[in-house]
Amino acid sequence: MRGAALAQWTACAVAVALAATACGGGDNGGGASGVVRSSWGDPANPLEPANTNEVQGGKVLDMLFRGLKRYDPKTGEAKDMLAEKIVTTDSRDFTVTVKDGWTFSNGEKVTAKSFVDAWNYGAHLENNQRNAYFFGYIEGYDKVHPEKGRATADTLSGLRVKDARTFTVRLTQKFSTWPETLGYAAFAPLPRAFFDDHDAWLAKPVGNGPYTVESYARGSQMTMRKWGEYPGPDKARNGGVDLQVFTDNNTAYTALTAGNLDLVDDVPASQLKNVRADLGDRYINSPAGIIQTLAFPYYDDRWNADGMEKVRKGLSMAINRQQITETIFQRTRTPAKDWTSPVLAAEGGFDDALCGEACEFKPAEAKKLVAEGGGIPGGTLKITFNADTGSHREWVDAVCNSINNALGNDRACTGNPVGTFADFRSQITDRKMTGPFRAGWQMDYPLVQNFLQPLYYTNASSNDGKWTNEEFDGLIDEANAESDPVKAVEKFKAAEKVARDQMAAIPLWYQNGSAGYSDRISNVALNPFSVPVYNEITVN
Amino acid sequence: MGRYVIRRLLQMIPVFFGATLLIFLMVNVMGDPVAGLCGDRECDPATAARLRAEFGLDQPVWQQYATYMGNVFSGDFGTAFNGQRVTELMAGAFPVTIRLTLVAIVFEIVIGISLGVLTGLRRGRPVDTGVLLMTLVVISIPTFVTGLLLQLLLGVKWGLVKPAVSSAATVDELLVPGLVLASVSLAYVTRLTRTSVAENSRADYVRTAVAKGLPRRRVVSRHLLRNSLIPVVTFIGTDVGALMGGAIVTERIFNIHGVGYQLYQGILRQSSQTVVGFVTVLVLVFLLANLLVDILYAVLDPRIRYA
Repeated sequence: MRGAALAQWTACAVAVALAATACGGGDNGGGASGVVRSSWGDPANPLEPANTNEVQGGKVLDMLFRGLKRYDPKTGEAKDMLAEKIVTTDSRDFTVTVKDGWTFSNGEKVTAKSFVDAWNYGAHLENNQRNAYFFGYIEGYDKVHPEKGRATADTLSGLRVKDARTFTVRLTQKFSTWPETLGYAAFAPLPRAFFDDHDAWLAKPVGNGPYTVESYARGSQMTMRKWGEYPGPDKARNGGVDLQVFTDNNTAYTALTAGNLDLVDDVPASQLKNVRADLGDRYINSPAGIIQTLAFPYYDDRWNADGMEKVRKGLSMAINRQQITETIFQRTRTPAKDWTSPVLAAEGGFDDALCGEACEFKPAEAKKLVAEGGGIPGGTLKITFNADTGSHREWVDAVCNSINNALGNDRACTGNPVGTFADFRSQITDRKMTGPFRAGWQMDYPLVQNFLQPLYYTNASSNDGKWTNEEFDGLIDEANAESDPVKAVEKFKAAEKVARDQMAAIPLWYQNGSAGYSDRISNVALNPFSVPVYNEITVN
Repeated sequence: MGRYVIRRLLQMIPVFFGATLLIFLMVNVMGDPVAGLCGDRECDPATAARLRAEFGLDQPVWQQYATYMGNVFSGDFGTAFNGQRVTELMAGAFPVTIRLTLVAIVFEIVIGISLGVLTGLRRGRPVDTGVLLMTLVVISIPTFVTGLLLQLLLGVKWGLVKPAVSSAATVDELLVPGLVLASVSLAYVTRLTRTSVAENSRADYVRTAVAKGLPRRRVVSRHLLRNSLIPVVTFIGTDVGALMGGAIVTERIFNIHGVGYQLYQGILRQSSQTVVGFVTVLVLVFLLANLLVDILYAVLDPRIRYA
């Protein structure tokens, strides 16, 4: 303990030296004008609606924009926001009517054209928008965003402005729940300023949401203030939000405990043990639409062979999800029981009995199944993951331990770390995986379709393992064409059962959103996308 | 002297090119950065191809390097993946890191040299043993431990300072991080000064100075210290470069948006433009600091002359 004592002594000395310069705390007022100080991370991509695919940029867009639909922060249900009505007779041609009286914060009216221009921009190949594929269901997408070569059209032929408040959309296929995808940020309307002076807009974005950007110092802070004339029903209940970029989530957490920060929406794994003691009931741990799975490389013949579904099922049953979620994640994850998420609720397609015994920890049966299926290809299971973020190493080691114990073989499973996320993704894209790999999925919109089609449909955008199954594809097509939502959900679940029987991917756990906040603010909640509902927060 | 400086400056050119080329190649070996830009999913091939073209990644490495160096000489350090100019990142990061480095260097000089002289003059006394022991402890504790401990005690438990530095990063906010950053070097400076002072205090010229009746203060400051500072100056000079580039840990702990943080971010996102740009500037800083040290030798010791 000498080291600690001495360090304390040093600390004392420093404390004396600093007593004179100690800084006063932040002292902005409370009540409706109070400002919330929230932690932030530097967005990875430029802050454009169709170019933002991670939570940090998503937070800003959620405060800055309102689209045709908005997902209810509590239930996740898609509710009309700017949409007066969206009608269709054949689940393929939609007529959208925009509500009257909405403007952007610079005074420009939000019209049908604001949406059509924004979507055309988002879809066009030359604008390099990371989320362009969201417009892939709209007719003419293959012309503005061909897989190879240059675009042959400037606008989506499926979008037509009828009058100031109406536009029509024609899809490439029947997609009955398409209107419910419109709450996603990529579908936000954009003001003319975005197109006329793009650089100026990026430096200080203008939207139609409850907040306006007062100042934006890239990489360090964004100051958002309440927009007084916001016409929507969900007005901000605080004076504004200061989003402060932190170099490390541990530092942000420390700043919160010291009272220099009000809200941290990413409690670091290493602090989960202390969080109850530090924050008491000012800690939120609520379900989010995120599921973690282990995907398999089906382009590798060894994993695609007959009988391997038994091995995969056996491996799934060899994982003690309960123990791992409790000890490593401190219950911020819930053992998975299907391939969707509890935020969908039963009527939305979540079914906690769907996976059944295949997701339960049964070591004896697991060993038997793996042996029946012909054993692990190559003798050793290598779980590939990126080691730079998200404390993945801990759980991969735990999963491997669990598998090794169940199979009674110390060399059955080992982790295979990849240095950076970018390298991890590029190895997946280049189909270099030889064994299971970490696959995380954060929903774009709360629909069961979003948990199945992008991940398991043949050649879908996030089907990293290249799993393919005709029966599954057929059921998904049928489900999309089904106009009755209840029947559609049943069809999706039928497809999910096909994925289960083949164990297309091993579901591990549902991830919760976690956040901690100071006693200066209240009414803090996370929406199903694990983003704080900023406009509801009140400052005491 | 002038010719010496010119020769040294010319020598910097190959070092500069070699260092940048090495960094460029190393970042390229890390793999395709575009794959990481689309989150947990595959970028659609057309967009990925567009992004590669935008950042010049579709060309062979040597051509990328040539284009990059060409741009650097016209003051264009390229664009990071989030669309920000690298020069803009530098304009934000370098002033902060320079402030932090200055604070750290001041701590090193003031505390390190004073303790060194004090212990060097009182060899074997309790003060000497005590300080030696303390430097040993400081050297053996990793920076992140000192950093986190001070942050917890001063920032959270006693509430004397803010645990996280604001984006303005004013000098008073940087005192604790500066001390943490300086701590290990400070201990070395103390030890170097002590040894050097102890050695020189027995030198003939010190005895002469004492014998001719100079006041003790003048003997120590003019004769003893000036001659003893050469190894210390060498150390501090090279430390400037190390402190500027090596503050990654301290900067992360105290939320300082400086060079270390930008480098870390650049490496995580495999943004070659950011990493190469920052390292290039750091290489220059290192070279210039070394040159400055060599020139200082001549100032400190008149016996050293450059031709």
